[in-house]
This record gives sequence, structure tokens and C-alpha cells, in this order.
Amino acid sequence: MNPLSLNRRTFLGGLSLSVGMPALQTLMAAESPSLPHFPAKAKRVIYLMQSGGPSHVDLFDDKETLRKMQGEEMPASILQGLRQTTMTAGQKSKPCLASAWAGHRRGESGMWVSDLLPHTAEIVDDLCFVRSLHGEQINHAPAMTHMLTGHNLPGRPSIGAWLTYGLGSMVDDLPSFVVMTSQDRQGSCGQLFFDYYWGAGFLPGKHQGVPFRSSGDPVLYLSNPKGVSRHARREMLDGLSEMNQFAHQRYADPEIETRIAQYEMAFQMQSSVPELTDFSDEPTSVLEMYGPDVHRKGSYAYNCLMARRLAERGTRYIQLMHAGWDQHGNLPNQLPIQCKDTDQPSAALVKDLKARGMLDDTLVIWGGEFGRTPFVQGDINNPNAHGRDHHPRAFTMWMAGGGVQPGKIHGSSDEFAFHVAEDPVHIRDLQATLLHLCGIDHERFTHRHQGLDFKLTGTEPARVVKEILAG
Amino acid sequence: MTKPSPTALFAVVCVSILCVRTSLAEEVSFNRDIRPILSDRCYFCHGFDENHRAADLRLDLREEAEYVWDVDSPDDSELLLRITSDDPDMVMPPPDAHKEPISKAEADLIRRWIEEGAKYEPHWSFVNPTRPTTAAKNTSDAIDDFVGRRHKEQNLQFADEAEPAKWLRRVSLDLTGVPPTAQEMRSFEFDAAEQGEVAYEKAVDRLLASPLYGERMTLEWLDVARYADTNGFQSDAYCMNWPWRDWVIDAFNANMPFDQFTIEQLAGDQLPNPTQEQLIATAFNRNHMIQAEGGSIAEENRAKNNFDRVETTSTAWMGLTVGCCQCHDHKFDPLKQSDYFSLMSFFNQISETGMTSKKMSVKHPDRPFSVNYWVDKPFIEVGDDATKQSFKDAQEEVKAAKQDLESHYDEYVAGARQWVQEIRDDPEEGAKRIKPGEYVARFVLSADLNNPKDNGFKRLIDTYLSRNEPWKSMKDRIAKAEAKANLLQEQMPLVMVMRDDQPRETFVMLRGNYETLGEKVTPKTPDFLPPLSPNEADDRLNRLDLAKWFVSDEHPLTARVTVNRYWQLMFGRGLVATPDDFGLQGALPTHPDLLDWLAVDFRESGWDVKALLKGMVLSRTYRQSAITDEDRIEQDPENKWLARGSRQRLDSRLLRDQALMLSGLLQHEMGGPPVAPYQPGGIWESMSLNKNHYMRDDGKDLYRRSLYTVWRRVVAPANFFDVASRQSCSVTLNRTSTPLHALTTLNDITYVEAARVWAESFANLKDDRTRLADMFFAATGRHASENELASLNRSLQKARVNFRSHRDEAAELLTTGEAPRNEQLDPAEHAAWTTVCLLVLNLDETLCK
Repeated sequence: MNPLSLNRRTFLGGLSLSVGMPALQTLMAAESPSLPHFPAKAKRVIYLMQSGGPSHVDLFDDKETLRKMQGEEMPASILQGLRQTTMTAGQKSKPCLASAWAGHRRGESGMWVSDLLPHTAEIVDDLCFVRSLHGEQINHAPAMTHMLTGHNLPGRPSIGAWLTYGLGSMVDDLPSFVVMTSQDRQGSCGQLFFDYYWGAGFLPGKHQGVPFRSSGDPVLYLSNPKGVSRHARREMLDGLSEMNQFAHQRYADPEIETRIAQYEMAFQMQSSVPELTDFSDEPTSVLEMYGPDVHRKGSYAYNCLMARRLAERGTRYIQLMHAGWDQHGNLPNQLPIQCKDTDQPSAALVKDLKARGMLDDTLVIWGGEFGRTPFVQGDINNPNAHGRDHHPRAFTMWMAGGGVQPGKIHGSSDEFAFHVAEDPVHIRDLQATLLHLCGIDHERFTHRHQGLDFKLTGTEPARVVKEILAG
Repeated sequence: MTKPSPTALFAVVCVSILCVRTSLAEEVSFNRDIRPILSDRCYFCHGFDENHRAADLRLDLREEAEYVWDVDSPDDSELLLRITSDDPDMVMPPPDAHKEPISKAEADLIRRWIEEGAKYEPHWSFVNPTRPTTAAKNTSDAIDDFVGRRHKEQNLQFADEAEPAKWLRRVSLDLTGVPPTAQEMRSFEFDAAEQGEVAYEKAVDRLLASPLYGERMTLEWLDVARYADTNGFQSDAYCMNWPWRDWVIDAFNANMPFDQFTIEQLAGDQLPNPTQEQLIATAFNRNHMIQAEGGSIAEENRAKNNFDRVETTSTAWMGLTVGCCQCHDHKFDPLKQSDYFSLMSFFNQISETGMTSKKMSVKHPDRPFSVNYWVDKPFIEVGDDATKQSFKDAQEEVKAAKQDLESHYDEYVAGARQWVQEIRDDPEEGAKRIKPGEYVARFVLSADLNNPKDNGFKRLIDTYLSRNEPWKSMKDRIAKAEAKANLLQEQMPLVMVMRDDQPRETFVMLRGNYETLGEKVTPKTPDFLPPLSPNEADDRLNRLDLAKWFVSDEHPLTARVTVNRYWQLMFGRGLVATPDDFGLQGALPTHPDLLDWLAVDFRESGWDVKALLKGMVLSRTYRQSAITDEDRIEQDPENKWLARGSRQRLDSRLLRDQALMLSGLLQHEMGGPPVAPYQPGGIWESMSLNKNHYMRDDGKDLYRRSLYTVWRRVVAPANFFDVASRQSCSVTLNRTSTPLHALTTLNDITYVEAARVWAESFANLKDDRTRLADMFFAATGRHASENELASLNRSLQKARVNFRSHRDEAAELLTTGEAPRNEQLDPAEHAAWTTVCLLVLNLDETLCK
């Protein structure tokens, strides 16, 4: 028998049930009793945030026109009204830059994917591509904040916080909203991650994402102090719990019951997290599927496998944050490295979930905060000194599972991959769709703060992208 | 732990209270009963914002709405027909508005209100408070009188008084942020028995006179003022505004009247002949985040800085949420978009760049990494004369060293040209000069060697100088001189201040976008508040006018908002539960008469903060015991009617200070640059792409109060939880319970070391029982029961058994933290007591006040 479960039962058995269990449920409970509004297709979400702005032009949205006009000025009609960062705002010439790499139409959907992403190319029929994403923010921090919290300024709750606030937790010994970060191996095209990307904003603090760290304890302060064994800690917590029950008898304060449950959950977490991060039970075939980096703690591949393990155990919202897609000045050399690091693990995660029958109720989202300009930044004749600037006017993301149509291609950009041509999907629409797949009507899911009813999608109209939902 | 959906329940709770309070005999009150309904369900489309108004109907003004009711025949009123209709096309609010439908009870209230003449009242908080009548002679009695009146209505009564030591612990934590010593509590028990009321007053006077008081009050104000030690965003470099933090401490300790506190922070620079302190005070409005991300647009950043100033100032002094008016007229409050930008124009006369104007890197010889400071103008240099002189000398040396090199300009440019040309000519040999992987290698071929201003050539010249004599020595001399000057500069912080040194015109920004400007505005306050006109000598209002207006006798909000914030600090919950929203959508005060009495009294006392707090903590209301029963909790779960003492988990920053205080580790040194106590490795590094390193301090700086812990804007100190983000103004309390908090107070070195050191202090006591009793008393302010002592003793015995059979583990536990250990103590015994001390630090009763 698992000694832990014995301890736990002994522990809870030692309490009057009226103290322990309801408080435990309170800790896990949703705060929005009316949710879900309708049955959810996705029980959990894994958001593979590709921070920095992956180049849609090079990876998914190749254009014949760009290839033909390589090196020629982007037409003024296309550039009109462009709001550009100060990095290229002053650049007088804006020549077209086609992808330097070949690509092919893949699968039954015929989705064009760059040869830089061979593993993603293999599974296009499991993926739903949206090529008509657009937003307004042209710099990383505001664009990331908008993508992940629905507003460009810090302070709003992040998507994961909204979900755990609305739907509660499915697990009592792991956090419900986990964040894992990684960065490109050269560290040259990365962006900083701010804690408000996974913040709770004005929702209660317990809904903020819990960062899993790649060095030291995966969760801050998880390990007992040195010299304190698990046995000694158990004994101490039993004593603490007994004392707190005396306090509860005295003060009748329900918060004390919550405190008792809180300490018990902390103890459970001390064994469930190490078990979670121990890959020794994974078959070699699975480890190989994620690629050699899977053994390197804190790598994107490692985090992808962790995401699957968390999803299996009931974590509701898992946000991977991978830095390194910000190729301003060295795209030809950098992009292949970046793709190599992320392509195989991303595809492996989808395959792995599918093989376990979990893809149907797990929504996977892959994408950045914007795309990159179809014109060059820097010297077009010097491949060592050019790249692309930020571009929120049209870019590509993909989704899989969780009630999204597999093998679907939605929307398109114009012949320069510059503006959206058909079926625009604003990032608000993406957020509304994500909530919809989780059983939530974004219009009705609000939280009163400072006298206003806030919602994830903000005040501008947003729509669920019905066209990409599975029948 | 917040109970499920406090806010979701909020409306329901409110309504049920209204039903209780509005007995059939009592007249319906527009402010109390009707407006909350109209504001919540109707104003969004039928309110103040004309761009969003539907059916040309506005319900916020009586004369505009009269046609929707019939006083003589309420049931025929359009308003009633609409809100009671079951036809989805008729009913208001319409289903697609996603508003809570109007309940039967609410509709009845509206019917009665129409019957009684459909009278409107101005919103309560926009009307200047007058002093309600009470027979009470002082603040404490007035509090008890008004609270007692609500008790009668609610059929409640005051709880028993808390035990003296328990009260002393509570009031010490509230006023100074640290618990009293066991000795202090014992003396007080004695004094309270001997002297009664006098002892209480003496204790409060002692606490208010302690310098710890100023530090405690400052901690709260730093959250309001979104103070941090770095700028935030991508670079997140340090700023140097800590002298402002010390100014706040001094101001509280000197009991600076709150009107002066307001004026100096908002406009100290505009006072006649301002002192250096008054200039430092204005850093209040330079404590916002500073965006300096490569590619960001300075003009946009400047707009955002100003947005922050308007919003922080409005929330801090007026309790108003004005942020929505960045883009449009307010939906609920009578605030126009132009009001927002008129307020902004008060702050928009400053020469800030929108990026940072001065960058400096300081490397301490004994530290592995340098520290980067980025500040934006205008700033002042704060330092003593001796440091200023040394700095001047150091700068002279920098100048001399630079001149020495620059006098050879032509010579070294020619040298560099030849040096690079040789690399081009012989790449193989050249690779020894500049390795192919180096950053500058990319310029070797592309640089224009005939143009010393060419960016690539400039970098190559620099490389040449640093690798070839005699230039290398000259460069080293410059670097050394600069390093010395920078170290001195660090001791003379550059405090960013307010100064109207760049006249600018301000325009409404359409949809809040800095690029699309609308009408021009000038400094002006909103129309629904008391008028503020320029005096004759000066045709334009400035920040000093604005600051004086906030604290004028006519302003309805400032005193109420301030009194409410301090009430929240003492009682854990504001009389207005939404300290950040006194507008139409905010909570109504539970005790409007008390709030007004306190506000008027506070103003008339000369804005005396210490007197206000003294009145609160000496009141019977505050002195109640928190002991209660389930029935009373059920009757008033949030304790809004104050029929028992407040019981709340301490602010996590106070938890740390408490552990340090109990153990005796706390250092009482005040002020100065921030310190870096224990923090697990890698936290800053993973949030900075390896540019910001956490360099832990040693010795006494490990044990300074949490107030001084270095606060990086993008990643708060790791062992603080439920705290303000310090990214924007925060006036609300946040108290949740998660397993992560438990892990922090169980496993963080800070707490374990405190337990270890605290344990030593009991070694001299005669027996286990005395030790356990003392420990419990020191931590909780209560004498443990027999049951509790027996339980603690069982934990002690178990820990003894464990560590006696695992002496290696005991030895290991005792190495936690840097503080020296009393080696005389038996390790197993010391480790066992450490365990019990850690247990006691984690008792619910220790964690709560």
C-alpha cells in the first residue's frame, strides 16, 4: 500500500470529517457556481506560447508574390497607415523578403508547412490552422499581455486564472494552473516573461499560475528544510493540525478549517510534485518521441512532456512560455535552430495525447503574440544581418483537440501575408473560442471589480469562431 | 481564504440587507435602495455616457427620466412595466445585456419609491459630509455609539473585551507591524489590572511614538504609491527612489498632517522655496513603471506614465476608478472623458523623455555582477556635502582621463583603420585579433573605414583601443575613474521628481490612443465635484492648486477615503468595502454616519492621523474579542456589523517581520537603500534573461524589516504572498489560502532559521512546560490551555525521539541560516525545539491577528 495514502487517511480520519473535507473542497471549489454554461469539449488547456513572434511568412504562410517580388519595395498601398516599432519605423526602404526555405503542402488538408517544421508537417491533419489572427499591439510586453490577459496593460487576470476561478480545480495535490518557461539555447532572440502573464489580476490571488522552476525546487519552498525527514514533517503537521482544531473550537472561524486543509494539501504536494517530475516511468519510445532535449530540465521538450503529465493528473490549465522567436537581425541563422528546438516536442505532445485518448478533451494551442513583417528588417543582401520586425496585422496559430476541427485551415492573409484577406480572427475571438470550448460563454463570464463587470474578452465585441469547432 | 464568490454574492447580499433595512414604515431612500439597482442594471445603457445611451433615455437625471413613471399610478409606469415584464422583447434589462434580472423585492422597492414621489438624491459620496449627531465626546466613543446603533438594528451586541495581552498583540501588529515581546505583554497585563483605561492609552501612545509605527504605515502607503526598486518591463533596471520611501517614514513618524502629506507629495516642488525634502516628496508621481523596451515609442510611454499618475492619484485620494475614461465617458459615474484628460494636463508639464535619460552601471568590487540604474529626467541628486565633493573630484578625473585619450584622436583612428585593414587582408591572422564568433566580427567587412562616425567602424575603433597599447592603459584609466564616480553616484541617489519644466498642451486622446487627438483641454477638475478656479494672479491651475483642492474643506471624498483606508488597516475591512470605488457602483458604507463623523473629525483635527488611529484602537469596537460561535458567524459572516473582534491572517510581509521579531533576529536599522535577504536561487535570473542577478546580502541586512526588501517590479520578493503587485496603485486587501503559502512559512530559510534561533532563547527556562507556555504566549498573546500544552508537549517528545535517533539530521537542520548557533546546546535537543518553534510560528493563531 502506498504509505502516503495511509498517512493521509490516518490524518483525515483523525479529524472530525466536518473539519477536513468540506474545507478541502472549499479550497478546490470554483467561485462561479453557474459554470460551466454548457457542456465543455475541453476539460483542460495546454497553451504553447511561442514568445517573440514566430514568423508566419517563413513557417506557414508562404506567398508566391513575395517570392516573385523578393528585394522589391513592398507596395505603398499595402504599407499605408502602418504603425511600426521604432526599430523599423525609420527604415526608409521596406523590400519584400520571401521565405528562404522550401515548404510543402501536407496531409489531406493540404496545409503548407515549411520544411523547418518536419514533425509538425507530419500531423497537419490533427491540427486546425488559423491564418488570419490579428491584433493591435506592436511590442512584446503589451502584445503578450493582450494575448494572455485580454488587455494590453498589466493587471487583468490571465486566461488560466479566469479558468480556475470559474471552473475550480480537478486535483487536490497539484496546482490547477501551472506555468513553465524555457528559452532558445543561444539566448539571443528571447524576451523576458513578466509574472502578470500568469497573474490573477483582481481575482483572488490563489488563481494565479504557479511557475514550475527548472532549477532547485520545481515549486518554490517545496522541499522540507534540510534535516527534516518526511516522517518528522508528518508528525509535526499532525501536531499543528491538532492545535489548529483547538483554535477552531475556540474561535469557530471557518478560515481555520481552510488553514488545516491548506497545510494538508501542501504536504500532499510535497510528494506529488516529485512524482510528477520523475520521468523514469516513461517508456523509452515516448521519451524518444519528444527528442533528446527531453532529459534537459527546463528545455521546451522537457516542459512539453511535463505538460502531458500534468494534464493526466488533472491540472486544468498549463501554460508553456518559450522565448526565442524574436529574429530581428539574424533570421536566416536563428530560425532553423529555434524550429529544431520546438518542432519535435510540440508535435510529440499532440501525438502523445492522441495515443492516450486525451486529445479529444485537451485543447492544445500553439502560437505567439504576433507574426513578423513580410518585409525585411536590416540589410536584405546580408543574411547575417537581417530579419523581420513585429507584425500583428496577420499571423498564424494552430490548435488541436478539445473540440476543434482537425485538418481545418481557417482564414487567409493577402498576397503579401501582410493583411488579413478572409475570415479575420481577432485575438479576442480566439479567447472567446477558448472559453467556449471550456463550456463558458465569454459574454456571461464576468467578475465585478471596482464597480465594473470585467470579462476576459474586454469591452470590444468578440465572437466565437464557430467555423473551426468540430461537429 | 476568500469564501466562494464574494463578489457574485455581493449583489444578493446587498439586496437582502436592503430588504431588512427598509422596513415598511421607513421611507425608501434613493441612495441606499434605488440607485444601486439603477446603476447596476440600467446605467450601462441609460446612464451618463451619451455615446452608449439607448432609446435616448437616461435614468441618472430625474428631469430626463420623469416620463417613465407615474407617481399617481405606479403600476402603470413604463419603468415598472418594463422591469416586471416576462416578454423577452419588453423586459429590462434585456436578456442579451447579461445583467442580473430585477427581482420581485427590488421591483417592489421601486414601486414604493415611485409612490413616495420618485425622489432623487445626489450620490452620497459626492456630497460633503457633515458631522452626524452623537453624544459621544471623543473618537472612540463615537465609533462605539454608531456601531452600537447598527447592532440594535441587527439584533446584535458587542462581544466581550479581548484579554489585555491579546489586545496588545493586535494593536502592536496594527500600529507597528510587529508583535509585542512577551515581557511587554506581561507588564501590560499587570498595568491593565492596576490602572485600567490609563494603561491602554499609555500603551497606544508608546506604540505611536515608536519609529516602528512610521515603518508600518509606510508599508501600506508603498502599495498605494506602487513603489518598487526597479522600473519594470523588459530591462527592469533599478531606479533610485528610496529616499522618497524614507521621506514617507519620517512623515508618518513626525505625524505630518495628512493635508500637508498630500500637498508635498503632489506638489512639493510648487511650494515657495521648496526644501530638498519637499522635492523628494514629489517622487510619489514618479514611482510608476517605466517602459524602455527597445522599439517602444517614447510618446506612447509618456502617455502611459500620465495615465498612471491620473489613475493613482484619483484612487489614492478620491477612491474613484477613472481608468475607463481614458477611452470613453464613464458608464456609471458622472465623469467625462475630457475630465480624465483635464486631470492629466496637471501632470503633463514635465520634461520626462518617455524612456530613460540616464543609465549607469555600478560594480562593487566585492560583488560578482554590476547593478544597472536607469532613471529619467527630471531628477535631483540627494547626498551630503562630503560625498558631493568626492564625486566632483572623481568626475574631474574622468574628464582628465578622457581628454588624455581624445588628444590622440587622429592617431588612434588611423591606427584602428590600419588594424582592421590588416584583418581584412589576412583573415586567418586577423582571427587572432577578433574571433569570428565575436559580436564585432560582423562589422569587420561592412564598416566604412573612411568614416569614423560609421556605427560599425566606431565599434571596431573601440575594440582596437581596448586591445592595443598605449590606448588600453588610457581606456583602463577612464574605466577606473568612471567606476569610482559611479560608486559615489550610487551614494547620492538620483531621485526622480515632479517639475513643470516643459510646457505641453494636452488633448483628449480618442479611444485612449496617443496618436488620435481630440479637443484640447486645460487643467480642470470634474464638474460634479466642488469647483476649483484659477486665482487672479495665475490664469492656469497647477498641481499645487489640485493638491490643495483635494484637502479643502469642501472636498467630499478625500477625508472619507483616507479614513476608510485606515479603518480597513485596523479592522481588516473598510466601512466602504470597496476602498478603490466610492462611485456609483461601489459598495455603500455599512456605517454611513460613522464614516462621515470620522471624516469630518479627521479634517477638523488638522488631519491628525495618529489621533484618528488612537481613537480607533481604543474603541470598544476594536477591543472586542474574536471568540465567537457558529450562529454569530452565520448571522454576519463578513463581520461587517462589528459584533466581534476582527480576525485575519497577517500580511505576509508582517509574517516575516513577526518571525524575525520573535526570534530576536529583527534589525531595527531604519532607511537607506533596499536590502536583499534570503531568496531561493534563480528567481531573478529566470525573469531577466540573465541580466538582473539577485545578490544576497549578508549579516544584519538579512534581518531588516520586510519594508526594505528589494522589490523588483516584474517579480515580487519570493516569500511575500497576497501582496500588491507594485505595478499599479493598490488599496485593497487580498487574503487567500493556498498550499504554496503553507510551504513558504514551513520551509523558507527565513522561518526555519527564525525557529532555530528562537528555540535557543528558551534554553535557560526551567522545564519543558514553562518553555512551551512562554513560547505559545509570545506568539499568540494568549495563555495556552492544558489541552494545548499537552499537545505541544506531544509534538516536542516526538521530535526528541526523532532527532535523538537521527543526530545527523539534527545537525543538518541546525545549519539552516547564517545566524550563529549556541554550540553549548545539545543538537538533538536544539533541533527538537526548533521543530516546535516552527510549529508555533505556523499556528493559525500566530498567522492571524
